Amino acid sequence: MDIEYFLELFFSGLTRGSIYALIALGYTMVYGIIQLINFAHGEIYMIGAFVALIVAGVCTIYGLSGFAILVLAAAIAIIYAAAYGYTLEKIAYRPLRGSPRLSPLISAIGMSIFLQNYVLLAQTPDFLPFPRLIPSFAFMDPVAHIIGSPELVILITTLITMVLLTLLIKKSRVGKAMRATQQDLSMARLVGINVDRVISLTFVIGSVLAAIGGVLVASYIGQVNFYIGFLAGVKAFTAAVLGGIGSIPGAVLGGLIIGWSESFAAGYFSSDYEDVLTFVLLVVILIVRPAGILGKVRKQKV
Amino acid sequence: MLSLQNIQTYYGNIQALKDVSIEVEEGEIVALIGANGAGKTTTLMSICGITPPRFGEVYLDGDPIHELSPEGIVKKGVVQVPEGRRIFPDMTVLENLEMGAFLRTNKRQIQQDLNYVMTLFPILEKRQNQLGGTLSGGEQQMLAISRALMARPRVLLLDEPSLGLAPLIIKQIFEIIRQINKENNTTIFLVEQNANQALKLADRGYVMENGRITLVDSAESLLANDEVRRAYLGI
Repeated sequence: MDIEYFLELFFSGLTRGSIYALIALGYTMVYGIIQLINFAHGEIYMIGAFVALIVAGVCTIYGLSGFAILVLAAAIAIIYAAAYGYTLEKIAYRPLRGSPRLSPLISAIGMSIFLQNYVLLAQTPDFLPFPRLIPSFAFMDPVAHIIGSPELVILITTLITMVLLTLLIKKSRVGKAMRATQQDLSMARLVGINVDRVISLTFVIGSVLAAIGGVLVASYIGQVNFYIGFLAGVKAFTAAVLGGIGSIPGAVLGGLIIGWSESFAAGYFSSDYEDVLTFVLLVVILIVRPAGILGKVRKQKV
Repeated sequence: MLSLQNIQTYYGNIQALKDVSIEVEEGEIVALIGANGAGKTTTLMSICGITPPRFGEVYLDGDPIHELSPEGIVKKGVVQVPEGRRIFPDMTVLENLEMGAFLRTNKRQIQQDLNYVMTLFPILEKRQNQLGGTLSGGEQQMLAISRALMARPRVLLLDEPSLGLAPLIIKQIFEIIRQINKENNTTIFLVEQNANQALKLADRGYVMENGRITLVDSAESLLANDEVRRAYLGI
């Protein structure tokens, strides 16, 4: 077996996987708190990528270049996505709080379709080229056939993001409020946590992560259209379920497993099989461990 | 101090509380006893704003609190230890206690109260870095009471603190409740199926049946009351 080829596939899988993990975190955090699969989450990711594209276009006109554009585009994409996530929860899910679980789920699917078509109409149905904002570092040249500069930037960015997220959840006051709400929502209210605010915050954080993922992927793949959110969303959702929905380490693990399975399937068999392997894996794991790899079986007390 | 005036609480179209009026004076221990499904837990949840009453009012020191949010009510000093303890299972004992003080900001006072609850229940200090879900039932009850105390309650609401505990632990818990009441002049409103224990601890008692208050009296008189003895004390 060619070790360099293996490493190349390994790093490309790791890169994809870490992006899936970023998006999967949004699914899993929301599910952990309100037991809702936010099907419109992939669209937030897509909107993040589009906003970044527009900002990058404007910046190029003004003659900014390279890294400055990437940072600025990402920052504005994050703000937009956060606002979308916040509004989404407020108008599509909050009014349905306390109604049967199917209602917000249908509302989520509705919002997903709405946002896709909104971007389709407001922008274009075509694929748009996304500028390659991540520069090539000279020091990466010797290993560029195994791991390129864009992969390195994506890996470092996702790593930093996840460390910050972990610190936020473990150490900060709002993080503790989020964990308390996730573990027992009405008890959280009884100790004086404003649960509505925690839920809003969860949507905002998930959207920020999705936007970061959107910008990274768009500048890595080099093109965007209104439909990218659906595909990425399905993969990331699969990652969240695979790892155990509601579990944060589970989302990261699930994302990485899917990234690797895709990459190795494409590299050793054929790219036609990358999705097949992913979903075969999902089916197998759900048969063996229905709660996902790191998921907890919730005991229902009667 | 705490006054419920003709409250009526509904779950959808089903009325759970019918014209419930309860008065609890400052520094008092008052027990609410009744059978399963009588509406005792709903009464507490109505006070705390989790299932706010559709009609009627709840006053604290004359100020209406029935329209406040649950966190607004906690801020006013009305704090509940709910039925089944409801410890945050994946948080440590220390974190559970910190959550009790969620709305407070004075770090020094919080530390002071932390020390206080750990002298009340020394076992919590030993277990402080253990996950809440790994504690025994009795320890969880101690943690639940301590968590509520971390909010510096003026009125402490307790829902079935004896549920599922060994007799010796029940005795200990009730002893501590009395101590909290004496030492801090914390007003206590206690809901219990264990009528005997509750009435021995309380100054006064209310009896609830099918969402209505059917009897109010001093705890002693209730313990001597034939009806109560037959229905709730099994004598």
